[in-house]
Amino acid sequence: MSGEFKRREVKKVRVPVPEQDPHVRIRNFNEVALGYSLEQALEEASRCLQCHVKVAPCIKNCPVLVNVPGFIRKMLEGDMKGALEVIMETNSLPGITGRVCPQEEQCEMNCIMGKLGDKINIGKLERFVADYAREHGIRPEVRIAPPTGKRVAVVGSGPAGLTAAADLRKMGHEVVIFEALHEPGGVLVYGIPEFRLPKEIVRYEVEFLKSIGVKIYTDVVIGKTLSLYDLLEEFDAVFLGTGAGTPNFLNVPGVNCLGIYSANEFLTRINLMKAYLFPDYDTPVKRGRRLAVIGGGNTAMDAARSGLRIGYEEVYILYRRTREFMTARIEEIAHAEEEGVKFMFLVNPVAFKCDENGWVRAVTLIRNELGEPDETGRRRPIPIPGSEFDLEVDAVVIAIGQRPNRILYQEVPELEVTRQGTIVVDDKYRTTLRGVFAGGDAIRGEATVVLAMGDGKKAALAIDEYLRTGEWPERIVPMKIAAD
Amino acid sequence: MFEIVGKRELAPNIKWIKVKAPLVARNAKPGQFVVIRLHEKGERIPLTLFRWDKDEGTIELVFQEVGKTTYELGTYEVGDAIADVVGPLGRPTHIENFGTAVVVSGGVGAPIGYSVTKALKEAGNYVISIIGFRNKQLVILEDEFREVSDELLVTTDDGSYVRKGFTTDVLSELLESGRNVDYVFTVGPVIMMKKVADITRKYGIKTYASLNPIMVDGTGMCGACRVTVGGQVVFACVAGPDFDAHQVDFDELLKRLAMYREEERLAMERFLQMRQVSVVGR
Repeated sequence: MSGEFKRREVKKVRVPVPEQDPHVRIRNFNEVALGYSLEQALEEASRCLQCHVKVAPCIKNCPVLVNVPGFIRKMLEGDMKGALEVIMETNSLPGITGRVCPQEEQCEMNCIMGKLGDKINIGKLERFVADYAREHGIRPEVRIAPPTGKRVAVVGSGPAGLTAAADLRKMGHEVVIFEALHEPGGVLVYGIPEFRLPKEIVRYEVEFLKSIGVKIYTDVVIGKTLSLYDLLEEFDAVFLGTGAGTPNFLNVPGVNCLGIYSANEFLTRINLMKAYLFPDYDTPVKRGRRLAVIGGGNTAMDAARSGLRIGYEEVYILYRRTREFMTARIEEIAHAEEEGVKFMFLVNPVAFKCDENGWVRAVTLIRNELGEPDETGRRRPIPIPGSEFDLEVDAVVIAIGQRPNRILYQEVPELEVTRQGTIVVDDKYRTTLRGVFAGGDAIRGEATVVLAMGDGKKAALAIDEYLRTGEWPERIVPMKIAAD
Repeated sequence: MFEIVGKRELAPNIKWIKVKAPLVARNAKPGQFVVIRLHEKGERIPLTLFRWDKDEGTIELVFQEVGKTTYELGTYEVGDAIADVVGPLGRPTHIENFGTAVVVSGGVGAPIGYSVTKALKEAGNYVISIIGFRNKQLVILEDEFREVSDELLVTTDDGSYVRKGFTTDVLSELLESGRNVDYVFTVGPVIMMKKVADITRKYGIKTYASLNPIMVDGTGMCGACRVTVGGQVVFACVAGPDFDAHQVDFDELLKRLAMYREEERLAMERFLQMRQVSVVGR
């Protein structure tokens, strides 16, 4: 390892990331992107221009404000522990964010190197540092403030909850996470597949939280096992990071045919319950020849690519707009294409046809044309009358979005929610119930992992302030949350 | 981990267990269920709550060995632990003083029928319980039902105990005899619940059924348990499991329950083979 940082001639081209061959990887659930070797990582790191922290666009565009030039500099100095500590000053889950953030829209978006050549591959460098540390047993030294005697309950152990918990713990508060499922991680364990985010990494980062004293209780459904009021009796503040886990279904005939899944069910069976290892694991998932996935987001890509890996020979993505309007990450669309997923654009399902035993046999699609932009700025799909046709299928996954689960606040009338079911908060993440804060998909609807983490961070600061001052406003002025 | 502190065989392949689960016991209400997972490789399955004791921190479950997971649970003994017990889940059964209530329970629907009967009785109803089983050997919870019912009518499909016939035959006779019934609750095989609904529809009696679709998480995040009620798609784990029986699409529910029949058979065969190997190995 080179001991010293030397400004060399600018390398314009990004060091490529080794990946599993598409023909091989569609037969396994191992990670697709293999990550940099030490040499590759240092070479990529050496391309960084080391902008000053006050102006570096990469820091400004990171929702959790990771000091990117700072950690890259530590890498080049050969100090991986230092690099990890710089990242973890603001980001407690680097192995996860390095893998699942849409860096092209965030830290990498305005990287100055983009003017000279390729932008720095910040995501893969962050991932490298986290992986290197994990593989070499390097533990960051974390400063934990002296105990404040205050107790905070965090509901949900997804990205928002884990981040809030880590920050609150560092501030010296006692933190207890309540998780409804049997494993912590939220969408990181049930939604994002192993081939994008190995569960071993989620477990490792959750273990880190435990090692700094965060308590995690699984199998506890707040709203059922315990109520929000129970928590308010026991804790000084509550953070709700309950996500947007309720799937939307299409309101068309035949939607309850056998073989039609929500993406959540399909992915939960495969990721959380390991149905791809059935019958070694007990949870089954339907296998067949032809799978149709409806939708154009990351969830649709994950479902389609998982479908290939459990043995579907042909997998279709059916999307109602055109490619340019898909919300999935470019990298994931490319991966899906390399793996042989077929894309059909400008189609909308209008019915499902089942056989006499109730099994889905075909999806009836209508062709769309694009009209004027809608409130999301994307052109609205308009069905073309008479253009219906059938696509034969053995199974269907519906990935057209999710909304917050109401189980938590069904019986908490004081908690104001919007018509979409998102919890109303002000700019300090305060809900209409004193002492209760919320963030992540629970306030945004379905968004991204790193936005949830950003919320978790900011909410932790606001909670800390509330615990110190006890101040709570008379009235909550709803924060404006940008639609994506 | 949730320790098993009591176990009994109630009938061939029907077992009763008592499990330490203080938080579930604290908040459980009639009609609710738990989702359990036996171990790391296990699946999540729903089981209805039969009884619970807040002070003792225990819950009681009754299950029939019908497939891999329930057979495996049947091999667990006192002192063994279940990896995960989540609950209480679902909306509690709506209980009020209706007047005369009839609870129709079939087979292993009996445990939930019992908890609802008890609650209806405590709410001041005159409760008539109809419990039905395939044969004498499979009769369970008769004494428990007798304790909480004003009248108890037992029937067996083959007539090997008390009377011959289905619960629905008993219900029809009761209603034909001119008994005034204000409310019917039914739990058991889908075919039975469907027939109960058909019978009470003619009399215009308010009828609720406790549905038993396939579930994964049990908290409303996947829709595996979706059913059609009054033309609307709803998730049984959060909107139910009780629904107006006159509005439920029972035929669809029956079809959906068969979704994994092949896989269930495969898992069961493999389990039995492995058990055999381990028994021989001893």
